[in-house]
Amino acid sequence: MTQKHYITTLGIFLTFLLATLAIAPLIGATNISLIKAFSSEIPFKENVDAHILFLARLPRILLAGIAGSALAVAGAVFQALLRNDLAAPFTLGVSSGAAFGAVLSIAMGWNFRFLGVPALSIFAFFGALLAVALVFSLVKVRHNEFETSTLLLAGVTANFFFAALVMFIHYLSDFTQSFQIIRWLMGGLDITDYGTVLSIIPPVALGFVILMVIARDLNLISAGVSTALSRGVNVSRIQKSGFIVSSLVTGTIVAFTGPIGFVGLIAPHIVRLIVGPDLRLLLPCAMMFGAAFLILCDAVARTLIAPAEIPVGVITAILGGPFFVWLLKRKKNS
Amino acid sequence: MTSSLLTAKNLTFGYDDVPILKNIFLKIEAGEFIGLIGPNGSGKSTLLKLLAGILDAPAHSIYFKQNDIRQVPRKRLAQSIAWTPQEQNLAFSFKNSEVVLMGRHPHLSLFTMESEKDFAIAQKAMETTHTLPFADRYFNEISGGEKQRVLIASAVAQEPEMMALDEPTSALDIKYQMQILEILKHLNEDKNTTIILAMHDLHLASKFCKRLVLLDNGKIVRDGPPDKVLEPGILEEVYNIDIKLYRDPNGGVLVSPLLSDLSSTAEFE
Ligand SMILES: Nc1ncnc2c1ncn2[C@@H]1O[C@H](COP(=O)(O)OP(=O)(O)O)[C@@H](O)[C@H]1O
Ligand SMILES: [Mg+2]
Repeated sequence: MTQKHYITTLGIFLTFLLATLAIAPLIGATNISLIKAFSSEIPFKENVDAHILFLARLPRILLAGIAGSALAVAGAVFQALLRNDLAAPFTLGVSSGAAFGAVLSIAMGWNFRFLGVPALSIFAFFGALLAVALVFSLVKVRHNEFETSTLLLAGVTANFFFAALVMFIHYLSDFTQSFQIIRWLMGGLDITDYGTVLSIIPPVALGFVILMVIARDLNLISAGVSTALSRGVNVSRIQKSGFIVSSLVTGTIVAFTGPIGFVGLIAPHIVRLIVGPDLRLLLPCAMMFGAAFLILCDAVARTLIAPAEIPVGVITAILGGPFFVWLLKRKKNS
Repeated sequence: MTSSLLTAKNLTFGYDDVPILKNIFLKIEAGEFIGLIGPNGSGKSTLLKLLAGILDAPAHSIYFKQNDIRQVPRKRLAQSIAWTPQEQNLAFSFKNSEVVLMGRHPHLSLFTMESEKDFAIAQKAMETTHTLPFADRYFNEISGGEKQRVLIASAVAQEPEMMALDEPTSALDIKYQMQILEILKHLNEDKNTTIILAMHDLHLASKFCKRLVLLDNGKIVRDGPPDKVLEPGILEEVYNIDIKLYRDPNGGVLVSPLLSDLSSTAEFE
């Protein structure tokens, strides 16, 4: 990978993201005029176009971008660490842990805010933490590496366990709560205040930086644990950092958007087909592609049956399902 | 104490509670070319992984230049000892050139990308191992013999003092076996790279290795020059078959297993 190739590839993905960012705000149930939205003659209070653009669409696009990039990056890292391109950020139970936290807070009717963050998100985040802690307490380091098969097993177990708790709480809840729960589980991007959206950026950005720093070590682990050890990679430490950082990033996103599936599976996969498996290039490209992908899915979700909205998780799943089947078929054939 | 490259002192190791290697004493000097032989399951791969620091040896049982190997930082060790696996399949489609470049890892610091120098070293390693023609192809799409050469190229790019290779020739036809052993011989002679490799072909082992270490059931039962190690008595005991040895006029020892039921062969004469 030469420097020129590296920069060119990043440039292409950046262009794609910027194009998406330019078009997405114009897509929606109502047509808006940019000229009107930016017009200084109409006071903001009376400027409907500006309201739709700045208060309804932009924060949502921002959230979609952050969520898409975070899930794509986390997915790429999970796939590398588990050496399995069918792995995703939710494979180790992070999203079901978050769902448990969220559903619990809905059922208990907790709706306070702490530092501006709604209780729902706080509980969802701690649910995600709980799942990560549970999974990692079950897995030992043996002969300088995490036992990946145990890790997968623990993840699947955590997924079932928390899903059962969610069902139990759901069963006990009343009609309104039940609707709220279902809606949360579908995943959505309808948080529309800038404060919340912006507060997600620092932890996610920090996660990206850490993952980029260990990207070359992650490459070697994705090629094989023994060879990575023989090339001087501290495998168990990198595995631990990689898993925990990407789980926390995932948990942060899921806490605000609910479990938006398939982005974390599809985006890294498509990008890997284009740029190859080197994570130093794959991670930043997946970040930009994941952002663009979810922004576009959300644009579809907002317009398909307008003025009603489809939860974005439904769109990603409808696109993701067939893709997953294609992936499995392709793997079988090769 | 002499400054051997690597020394195993009364090394006993097991993956679980069962010991796999028992009371191993082994001294490896710089510049040696050692063949590790022994039946399947005798512990060759395990010993190589311990010597390369992939598996953790118990305290005070392996020394790297007088330091307990456990105290040597992994990255430092990787700058001196390279290891290649018997088999490697990648979950992702890395190109051969990328696999070779991974050998540079222990020489790079956290925030740096490979420099021109690293690319040049990788290029040279691929020349040495005759792997340049498929540099741009995918590792998963080349033959077993080509894969072994790419793995060796990656180890060469690591610029180690010693290479530990796990059965680099086992899955290959005679031509590729010779090619790989010739490559290792050149590395040993030209760069003074210490070589220790596990192998099964006793004839080729006796031709190329200056020293053979015979493992049986986790113990070293013979250690010395090929003609001292390859003796009918010990081989019959270790491999549990009847054996006749011939001197190869072109160097080395020809090991010929005898059919257990000689009467049945008589009919074909
Ligand atoms: N990861 C492992 N866990 C447990 N036992 C192992 C493992 N790897 C190898 N063994 C056991 O160690 C013994 C020696 O194996 P190995 O070192 O691979 O021998 P060789 O390379 O000479 O065939 C065998 O009995 C094998 O079953
Ligand atoms: Mg072996």
